[in-house]
Amino acid sequence: MTAAIVADGVRKRYGDIQAVDGVSLHIEAGEFYGILGPNGAGKTTTLEILEGVREPDEGRIELFGKSPWPRNHELLTRIGVQFQASSFFDKLTTRETIRLFASFHRLGARQADAMLARVGLTDFGSVPADKLSGGQAQRLSIACGLVHDPEIVFLDEPTAGLDPQARRNLWDLLRDVNQEGRTVVLTTHYLDEAEILCDRVSVMEHGKVLKTGAPAALIRELDDMVRVSVESGLVAPDVLRGLLESAGVDNTIVEDDEVSLTVATHTPGPVLSILADQGALRGLEVRGATLEDVFLQLTGREYRA
Amino acid sequence: MSIEDTTAPTTRTGPSDRKEPAGKGGPGGRRTAGDERLSPIRELSRAMILSVVRDKGTIFFLLIFPILFLLLFGSLFKSDGTSHIKVAQVGEVQVLDSLTKDQREQLTKAATITKVSSESTALEKVRKGDYDALVEQEGGTVVLRYSAADGVKGASARAALNAMLEQANLAATGKPATYTLKASQVEDRSVKPIQYLTPGLMGWAIASSAVFSTALTLVTLRRKKILQRMRLSPIRAWEVVAARIAMSMVIALTQTALFLLVATLPYFGLTLTGAWWLVVPLVMCGTLSLMSLGLLIGSVTKTEESAGGLAQLLVLPMSFLSGSFFSLDSAPDWVQWVSYLMPLRYLVTGSEAVLSRGGGLMEALPTMGGMLAFTAVVTALTLRFFKWNDT
Repeated sequence: MTAAIVADGVRKRYGDIQAVDGVSLHIEAGEFYGILGPNGAGKTTTLEILEGVREPDEGRIELFGKSPWPRNHELLTRIGVQFQASSFFDKLTTRETIRLFASFHRLGARQADAMLARVGLTDFGSVPADKLSGGQAQRLSIACGLVHDPEIVFLDEPTAGLDPQARRNLWDLLRDVNQEGRTVVLTTHYLDEAEILCDRVSVMEHGKVLKTGAPAALIRELDDMVRVSVESGLVAPDVLRGLLESAGVDNTIVEDDEVSLTVATHTPGPVLSILADQGALRGLEVRGATLEDVFLQLTGREYRA
Repeated sequence: MSIEDTTAPTTRTGPSDRKEPAGKGGPGGRRTAGDERLSPIRELSRAMILSVVRDKGTIFFLLIFPILFLLLFGSLFKSDGTSHIKVAQVGEVQVLDSLTKDQREQLTKAATITKVSSESTALEKVRKGDYDALVEQEGGTVVLRYSAADGVKGASARAALNAMLEQANLAATGKPATYTLKASQVEDRSVKPIQYLTPGLMGWAIASSAVFSTALTLVTLRRKKILQRMRLSPIRAWEVVAARIAMSMVIALTQTALFLLVATLPYFGLTLTGAWWLVVPLVMCGTLSLMSLGLLIGSVTKTEESAGGLAQLLVLPMSFLSGSFFSLDSAPDWVQWVSYLMPLRYLVTGSEAVLSRGGGLMEALPTMGGMLAFTAVVTALTLRFFKWNDT
């Protein structure tokens, strides 16, 4: 596989803040890549450096083997960037907006209109762009970044502030975009989003990449306990503890909060069969670790603004 | 491979083999044959002009508001230009009463004589300014009393009456006049208010729109990250600049057309002189020089509010010091000197020269050159402050 994006030892400083502190990435062509991190971790700055909007203080970036800084016209036709949904001209309709961005690439009006259809906004063509709903505006924003058929697509928190339906709708679009063979790089702080969409993620904090890998691999590596819970009152916690002990299942934590009886364990199999023997499976729920657990383990649990 | 792009470089990489290229085919944006390419300059200037045309508030501020000023000032100062005087006649005044019909008609061109019975009422009315002068006869003396408030009108009343008395005196001798005066008009070199109000207010209107809208466009495009977005597309910087200039030119020339249209109405009576069309290149150069100031303001400010404030701080004093609201001819020396530093002064005086003072290329060319030089200097200075994004 060919590398679409290579970053090596990238650093960027703003005054006293080291926004990006030695980031190295290797993103394959066709990969769906996520950059995860809490607010202020340096995700956006990293993305902007990859796009060629900002010049790194140190380090090397190559897109298809070429540096995006200074502004490289050939690369600009091969990358597409989705901006905040508010980055539209005042007073223009949806169709005028997409045609304007198409003109920047010297494309035709029909191609622009086809892109509008692609993101499902044809019916909103004559609606002013600033009157679109959050999800529609985000789709228009993505359409503006996709209109020239780029090979790499950069998205900065594309689903921030969207309602659940709009989020899922956008996920479908992004998945399609990736399945057409485009490399997609997105930043997000929604872990479920990264887990569902991304082939690989890099978890960032304080300008550094803490960990990189496929979401499932990172979760497995965490080796966190699986939580098995059933309705409370089906079996007494003490009875269950005794049964688990006699069956030789160690290292389990049994808790009952009057609503659910929860067993945290590394070996959910025997736990489930014991509960089944007791006829205590009503309301059964098995929850494994998520990317969120990986994230919290890596970045700590304390609150930050 | 599902994506084909005729302009894409040959080094394009294929989709990774672990992903199916999805039977949907390429993106909807695939280039279609016969789909005419959109010109970035045309689309961008269209977008910018639409953003003005579709905003009623902006239209009012740019086009209607300055014209209202012209209507207001034009009407206010209109009476100043005529030397028609109103005279109250108390009792019998032989010279006036014995005028022939022809003579009376001649007189009414310059003055309206109204008979008033009481001297004290007439005097009071002169004091108030209802009449410019009062005339009465005491024996062989014709007495003219006029208010000192308006010396010009008093003097014209005096001159008119004097001429009449001399004619009457001469007639009384029964001899023909030895010398007669044949008056013929030469070109009027005095400036009527509409002659300086039109270029002045027009310059102010153009300055406001060029400085404000250039500064605000820059700040808004930067704050909304549209500048950054354009920078990430293959559009060239000069194309963005050209589109923005085109927008300001359309506004400035529309303002010019509106001003000339209103000022040449018979009511205001501006007569355009020979090479008035030179106002078009003058306005274009002037717009460029004022845009460069807007660019500077937009580059050193971060929010629309501060850009608007700074633009106001610049445009209003500049307009006063450039003769937008009054003729510089009568301004104190220091104002005249300061005015030489203002690009607006050159737009105003240049336009005045070609519009109403018979000026031609010789007046217009140096002015245009000066404004272009100003543009170059300010733009060079601005490049030091120019930023693509806020942080």
